[in-house]
Amino acid sequence: MSRRITLATALRVLRQLRRDPRTLALVFLVPPMLITLFRYVFNGQSTTFDRVGGPMVGIFPFSTMFVVTSIAMLRERTTGTLERLMSMPLAKLDLLLGYGIAFAAVATAQASITSAVAFGLLGLDVQGAVWVVVLLAVANAVLGMSLGLFVSAFARSEFQAVQFMPAVVFPQILLCGLIVPRDRMEHVLHVVSYALPLTWAYDALAHAVRGGSNGIVVRDALIVVGLTAAALTLAATTLRRRTG
Amino acid sequence: MLGSMTAAIEIDHLEVIRGGRTILEELSLEVEAGSVTGLLGPSGSGKTTLMRAIVGVQIVKSGGVTVLGLPAGSPPLRARVGYVTQAPSVYLDLTVRENLAYFAQVLGAHSKRIDQALKIVGLSEFDRRVVRTLSGGELSRASLATALLGEPELLVLDEPTVGLDPLLRRDLWQTFRALAADGTTLLVSSHVMEEAERCDRLLLMRDGELLADETPSSLRERTGCERLDDAFLALVETR
Repeated sequence: MSRRITLATALRVLRQLRRDPRTLALVFLVPPMLITLFRYVFNGQSTTFDRVGGPMVGIFPFSTMFVVTSIAMLRERTTGTLERLMSMPLAKLDLLLGYGIAFAAVATAQASITSAVAFGLLGLDVQGAVWVVVLLAVANAVLGMSLGLFVSAFARSEFQAVQFMPAVVFPQILLCGLIVPRDRMEHVLHVVSYALPLTWAYDALAHAVRGGSNGIVVRDALIVVGLTAAALTLAATTLRRRTG
Repeated sequence: MLGSMTAAIEIDHLEVIRGGRTILEELSLEVEAGSVTGLLGPSGSGKTTLMRAIVGVQIVKSGGVTVLGLPAGSPPLRARVGYVTQAPSVYLDLTVRENLAYFAQVLGAHSKRIDQALKIVGLSEFDRRVVRTLSGGELSRASLATALLGEPELLVLDEPTVGLDPLLRRDLWQTFRALAADGTTLLVSSHVMEEAERCDRLLLMRDGELLADETPSSLRERTGCERLDDAFLALVETR
């Protein structure tokens, strides 16, 4: 792989995003909007807002980057640019890391804006350090992106790619512990939840927000990094130099 | 064309199956280095599949494809072979220059090649335009410019002149001739017979088979037809 090509790819992906200000506006404004909505839906139940709001700051980037990347990669496949790149001296890792760097940058901005609104304006109360929440949000974004790159190989159209959001992301949100603590779930669901990437992402966030054990936060974060590497490896297998 | 021929492409009993259908069967041919070879035939005759096999992006069932002395698709060839697909494959949401700048980085080409490539395809004035806003002909020229960046030794062009006006078509063919004069090997597919005239050698395909592999003049002589259009029809019908 080459640093030159990786960075050029990251720059190219960011340029494409810049040409689409509406998508950028949605990426940056929808999470703070939703978290504000959440705050007023739970008006008078500030403990619920404090429990769920913090982790939500870190979960938005996961779902946003999942859907944005799966469509971006699908476009690379359908417009033939992926085939062109695969016939050029570009390593698969250059492409994957290029995407990773670009979307991590976007996620950093997204998580910072959402945090500023949640912790600054809405008075979301967290015991832990805010920067840890932002850092975990970026890690989750890269995780979501990696899963998005992988599943894009199974979509033939943008309609299908969008449907992967409810199919892949929603079950993970239901089972990760955000809605119902995992130890109160049915046994089978509890067992399944261990296998889902978002479970570990949420667990890290929940501990970080509560100011809980640093050891657990680090362990969960490492699991998230490992799962990201696994998803990227799977994504790499879907990038074919030769096709039928 | 003096001396013994050095082959840029050697194809030996190539067989390709796509979607359960045999597209190419027992195909063997050679393409001479530094020449312009026209790949002609009706749509569905296997031209694109053959080009994909040469570039090394096509899964082949059996047979050998050797390009510049190496097996098609081997890593060192990725910088030495340029390929332009029929559908323009560039980023629609970037400007022409941004597209070329990115692909130049990937190819490791010098940035001054960007202006040269733009000039060759006649898009110098359009470099700041977002690709999405280009016309069909401009779009395919942007895609072609990308393939010229790395100064490839072999250029494989799938229907590069479709949708171009006669003036541009003539200019592009002059470009192809100039590239060949500098030693580049070009394989150009087309279904416009008048373009066959401009090639050193013709490969005529139908249903995955090679009907002819000769110069335009020998094709005329063999079939007794003055127009290549008629020569092609004669070949198809006497088969």
